[in-house]
Amino acid sequence: MDSSKETQSGAAPETEHQEPHNYLNHAKTIKSWLLTLDHKRIGVLYAVTLAVVFLIAGLLAMAVRVELFVPGETIMDNDTYNQTFTMHGIMMVFLFIVPSIPAILGNFVLPLHLGAKDVAFPRLNLASWYVYMTGGALVVTALLVGQVDTGWTFYTPYSSSGDMAILYMTMAIFIAGFSSIFTGLNFIVTIHKMRAPGLTWNRLPLFVWSIYATSIVMVLATPVIGITMILLFMERLLQIGIFDPALGGDPILFQHFFWFYSHPAVYIMILPAFGIISELMTTFSRQRIFGYKAIALSSVAIALLGFLVWGHHMFVSGQSAISSIVFSLITYLIGIPSGIKIFNWVATMYKGSIWLQTPMLYALSFLFLFTIGGLTGIMVGVLSVDVHLHDTYFVVSHFHYVMMGGTVIALLGGMHYWWPKITGKMYNETLGKIAAGLIFIGFNATFFPQLILGAQGMPRRYATYVEEFTFLHQVSTVSSFILAAGLFLVLGYMMHSMFFGRKASKNPWGGATLEWTMTTSPPDPHNFTRTPIITRGPYDFHLADEVFGPRHTGDGAGDGATEPATPAEREASR
Amino acid sequence: MATTTTEKQDVSHEGDGHGGHHPRLQHHFVSLDQQFSSAKLGMWLFLLTELLLFSGMFVAYAVYFNWYPETFAITSEALDWRMGFINTIVLLASSLTVALSIHFVQKGQIKAMLWSLGATLALAGVFLVIKYFEYTAKFEYGIYPGAAFDPSGPYAHMDVPNAIQYFSIYFVMTGIHAFHVIVGMIVFIWLIWRGLRNHFNPEWYTPVELGGLYWHFVDLIWIFLFPLLYLI
Repeated sequence: MDSSKETQSGAAPETEHQEPHNYLNHAKTIKSWLLTLDHKRIGVLYAVTLAVVFLIAGLLAMAVRVELFVPGETIMDNDTYNQTFTMHGIMMVFLFIVPSIPAILGNFVLPLHLGAKDVAFPRLNLASWYVYMTGGALVVTALLVGQVDTGWTFYTPYSSSGDMAILYMTMAIFIAGFSSIFTGLNFIVTIHKMRAPGLTWNRLPLFVWSIYATSIVMVLATPVIGITMILLFMERLLQIGIFDPALGGDPILFQHFFWFYSHPAVYIMILPAFGIISELMTTFSRQRIFGYKAIALSSVAIALLGFLVWGHHMFVSGQSAISSIVFSLITYLIGIPSGIKIFNWVATMYKGSIWLQTPMLYALSFLFLFTIGGLTGIMVGVLSVDVHLHDTYFVVSHFHYVMMGGTVIALLGGMHYWWPKITGKMYNETLGKIAAGLIFIGFNATFFPQLILGAQGMPRRYATYVEEFTFLHQVSTVSSFILAAGLFLVLGYMMHSMFFGRKASKNPWGGATLEWTMTTSPPDPHNFTRTPIITRGPYDFHLADEVFGPRHTGDGAGDGATEPATPAEREASR
Repeated sequence: MATTTTEKQDVSHEGDGHGGHHPRLQHHFVSLDQQFSSAKLGMWLFLLTELLLFSGMFVAYAVYFNWYPETFAITSEALDWRMGFINTIVLLASSLTVALSIHFVQKGQIKAMLWSLGATLALAGVFLVIKYFEYTAKFEYGIYPGAAFDPSGPYAHMDVPNAIQYFSIYFVMTGIHAFHVIVGMIVFIWLIWRGLRNHFNPEWYTPVELGGLYWHFVDLIWIFLFPLLYLI
């Protein structure tokens, strides 16, 4: 951002360059950020906001882990513990993971991928951020005025008879849902209507396909949590008797409503991650993606099948055996498109020239962690097994493998990958690799013991446990500090890079999609200086002469790998 | 797509605004057509979310109707089908007038458009007035949503098990529908305000079109609410 800072890291005194006009420097006031209609700036607004939410919710998770270090009361009483894990869940799910990739990277990258100047409705896009902030403010209010200890699932009658703060929390979820709807709606219209000339559906980058599938789920599922939250609000306020058994209502109906949103919502969380991984796999294997159509359509298949499996959360809630069998069967079916993706990514790497930069390390972590997360998901989808594993740490571990090991790892990979484009700076590659390693090891050592704990019968949401579980809980807690250290390291070198980082070239990874080939780093406020005309697929590296020069051999890489040795080389890398 | 337009526009983005373009064309669209069809697709998607919002309540209705058909048979007599019928006619008429307003603006007859929008606004008002009388007539005899439900007078015999669910669903569904009617009225006031300032013409009338779509949806929801709550 500030070019005078640049000199501190370079040896030679810099000739004071006229900074090229870009979206970061064309206006600098706070107002120009808060009222911006630029999709890139809105993406950055979301990035900053969500980083704060992730930090807070992450610290709450650490508090949970510390409490579980030894049996009995460690640092907090049972009520506080209940509120802590509830807030951790609510913030992570509704305020962090659901918006994360679409709102940050979707906003930033999607129009660039489409060759568009902006999303279809820029004002709606900004509104979504304000709506999100309102929801966030209500969550904080709920925290201040009372105690929410229902877990993030708000099951009735617990939530319909608990503290009045639940009123604020339900409204917060309702309002934050609108932010999700606005984003999804905007993206669908943008993808349908704003593609550059020549950008046919089969030439869309796979990130766009996954965002498209995500947006469908956002638009179709989120209203249902909206009405559920309204009804829960009414239930708590007026005792309308829809969900409260004391008045003749049906608490199971609440669970149906809740999971009709919240199961598709896990695909809101994971589908965009698939998109990022597809981009990383192909760029860092320097090879065309294997099975483009299969990957693209499997995202859509997952999005649609995802609507038909909500009952697998309710195998032990007393739904009919027939429904359970059907839900279980459809749950297995989801394994098929997920498997298609995994195999296609592996096939993409086969005989590619794999370049192990930090983003690719995250992509490989993702493959490993998501496979565990997915397979444990199939396990809890088995009726008889689920009776044993339901509401144990096995389930906790399973969804952390998917949500954190899947989505957050992919988000980290994506943030590293697009960091040069977003900030115009390179991060420190060595520290990046160390952090990726710490996160991978820390994550596995935190959550794998929880799989075992769950299989041994450790129930979720308990502030204490029996003596036998002590060792595994302690492994988990200690490892969670390794995980946290890795994440703080990322925060540290990213901050450093923002101010002191080496300037990024236009295309440090040698990517072949539009944001690398056609825009500067960071991009112009209007993205493209001329409307791109698309003549090839997004991963046709062999046709991407503009990336590698007309006589390239196909193994060309970007310059993101090497720190230029001399000032002259530094200069040349601009 | 006319890419040449875009390139021309790119040269002079800052400051001068709409060099040679239709004043309503936003900078990130290539043509008014693209802008209009985007807005319409967006509106349809929004209506889809609205449909799913109501679908939750329809499901709640279906569930409780199936569990307690006898109760629902008794409690639905509390609703006056004549009032509901009049309101159905009122809303259907307003759908006609809002469709006419779009027809008129396409023909460039702004005055006629304003009159039809005004008529739609008035009919929406009539709907709410009738709804108000229906609600107060219930409240008078202790028919409230939720725990305050305590029927008396002509409704005393409705104090049966699960009657509370029927009336809760009735009040929540019609209440949220009425909220949509109020939003629609605000939209029509805004459209009339803009129409009076000559913002609409046959080339550009997107807000009128979108307002019309929204209003048809509000009407359609009522078409389902009326038979389910009043007649069955």
